[in-house]
Amino acid sequence: MRNLVYINGNGHLGKAAFEVVTYAKKLGGTVTVLATGKMSADLLANLGTYGANEVVINRGITGNDDQQIAAWIASQAAGADNIIFSNDFNGKAIAPRLSVRLKAGLIAGAVALPEADGSIKVNVFSGKAFGFVKAHSTQRIISLLPNSIAPEELGASCAVNEVTEDMGASTVRVLSVKKPEGAIPLPEAELVVSAGRGLKGPEHWGMIESLASSLGAATACSRPVADIGWRPHHEHVGQTGVAIRPNLYIAVGISGAIQHLAGVNGSKVIVVVNTDAEAPFFKAADYGVVGDAFEVIPKLTEAINKFKAAN
Amino acid sequence: MKILVCISKAPDTTSKIAFTNNNSAFDENGVQYIVNPYDEWYALVRALEIKETSGADVTIITVGTAADEAIMRKALAIGADEAVRIDAEPMDAYVVAAEIANYAKNQGFDLVLTGKETINFNGAQLGGMIAEGLNSPYISIASKLDVNGNMLTLEREITGGVEVVEVSLPVVVSCAKGMAEQRIPNMRGIMAARTKPLQVLAPTVSEALTSYVTFASPQAKSSVKLIDPNNMDELVSLLHNEAKVI
Repeated sequence: MRNLVYINGNGHLGKAAFEVVTYAKKLGGTVTVLATGKMSADLLANLGTYGANEVVINRGITGNDDQQIAAWIASQAAGADNIIFSNDFNGKAIAPRLSVRLKAGLIAGAVALPEADGSIKVNVFSGKAFGFVKAHSTQRIISLLPNSIAPEELGASCAVNEVTEDMGASTVRVLSVKKPEGAIPLPEAELVVSAGRGLKGPEHWGMIESLASSLGAATACSRPVADIGWRPHHEHVGQTGVAIRPNLYIAVGISGAIQHLAGVNGSKVIVVVNTDAEAPFFKAADYGVVGDAFEVIPKLTEAINKFKAAN
Repeated sequence: MKILVCISKAPDTTSKIAFTNNNSAFDENGVQYIVNPYDEWYALVRALEIKETSGADVTIITVGTAADEAIMRKALAIGADEAVRIDAEPMDAYVVAAEIANYAKNQGFDLVLTGKETINFNGAQLGGMIAEGLNSPYISIASKLDVNGNMLTLEREITGGVEVVEVSLPVVVSCAKGMAEQRIPNMRGIMAARTKPLQVLAPTVSEALTSYVTFASPQAKSSVKLIDPNNMDELVSLLHNEAKVI
C-alpha cells in the first residue's frame, strides 16, 4: 500500500498535520508527505516521528492555490492507493479537484480508520448521524476531520526532499490576510468554552474569556449571539456555523436547540451550565450545572486556576 | 453577467434524522425538504443582489428527480430567472458536479455559485469538483463577494483567519455566512415563479465514485451527572480524573 499525505507548509506544523500522517501510517504501507510552501525542511523532518517515510516539498508553489496544488499532487499520484488531506479550508478545495482529475472517490469528513468492509465512517446530517462510505475507484482520497484520531509518535525523523516544480501562474491574487493574533483556531481546538443568550449582553463575555484563557481553550458562541452581533460570526458553532469536535465543550447559557447540538455533538465531553434545569442541552451533556452563570463561571475559573497551579 | 447557482434539497433543520431499509437509506417519512440553507441564503441571495445592482441573469440548477421541483420553484420565487433540472438521482457529489460542469461548459456563465456544503452530507465537495470540470479558479468558503467589472474581490475562510483575494471571471465560488442576508419570498414572487422556465435535461454521467453503505445514529448519552453549583472543584476533579480531558 502506498499512501500520500498533503500538508500545507504555509501554516504552523501542528496537530492537524500529525493527525493525517498518523492516519496514513495506520492504513498500512508507506507514507509519503507532499508539501508546499515555505516551511523549513528541519521542521518537516519531524513528520517522520508520526510515520512518514519521506517528505517531498515543492518550493515552486508558494501560496494556497488549489489549482496548482491539485495539479502537482496529481503528477505525483501514480501508484498511490490513498491520498489523505486534513478536512480544512485547503483540503476542502484541493481534494475535490483531485477527485475529478484522478477519477478517485473522495471520502470527505472521515472520522475513523476504514472498517473491515473498506467503508469509512463520516459525519453526515451536520453531526446528527454517521454514514459509512465506500469508494469504487482504485485510488481513494480521504479528508480527515480534525480531532478524529490521536497523533502517535511511532518513529524517527525522516528525509526531506526539496524540489522546485513550476505549476504555472496562480489565477488567484491574495490581497491581504486577516488573522486574529494568538487566538486558537476553533476547528482545531481541543477545549472550547461557548456561551449564548443566557449571558444577556456582549459586555459579559469577559468571564467566558477568562475561563477560556485559564483552560487554554478557544471561545465560541451560539447562532443568536452571532446574529445580533455580540460575537463575531466565525465563533458561531452549530449546523449553519462551524462544526467542532473538541475533547471538552463547555456550554454556558445555551439552551441546546437541535441546530446547535448538530455542530457540537461530536465533542467527547460536554459540560452544560444553565439556570433552566429543563434546558434540552442537559440531555446531551455529560456533566451539568444548574445555576446562574454569573456565579458559576467565576467559581469554575477559580477552581481551574487552583487545579492548574497544583498540577 | 450570467450567474449559475447550484441548489440542492436538504431536510428542514429541525428534522429528526432516522434511517430505513436496514439503515441503508435516509427515512424521508414526515421530512419537510427545504433549499439547502447555504445554497439559498448565501449563494442565491448574493446572485440576486448582484442582479439588482449591476444586472445579471440568474439560473438555478439542480441534479434531482421531479420531486425536487418544489424547492426549485421556491428559489424562483425568491427571484431566480430560470431553472434547469438534470433528471437524475444525485448519487454522489462527483455525479452532481460532472452533470453541472457538462451543462455549464458551453453556456458562458461568468460566475458559478454553490453553498459551502449541504447540511445533509456536509461534503463541501461540489464547488471544487465543478471548478476542476470547468478548468476554472475556485474560491471556497467565501463570506464576501464584490464584483468590479471583470474582477471579483472576495473574502474567504482560511485556518484561523480570513484571506482577501482577487480573481478574474469566470470563477466558481462556494458561499458561507456573511455573504448575504436571508430573504423570504413574497406573494408576487411566488406567483411569478409558476410561469418561469424550468428546463428538464437528460443526464450525461452514469458512474458514481462513492456510495453510502450504511448509516448510524450517534449513541445516546448516558444521563447527565449534575454537579452542585457551589462545588466547582468537584467538576474540575471529574474532568481531570473521570473524563480525562484536562
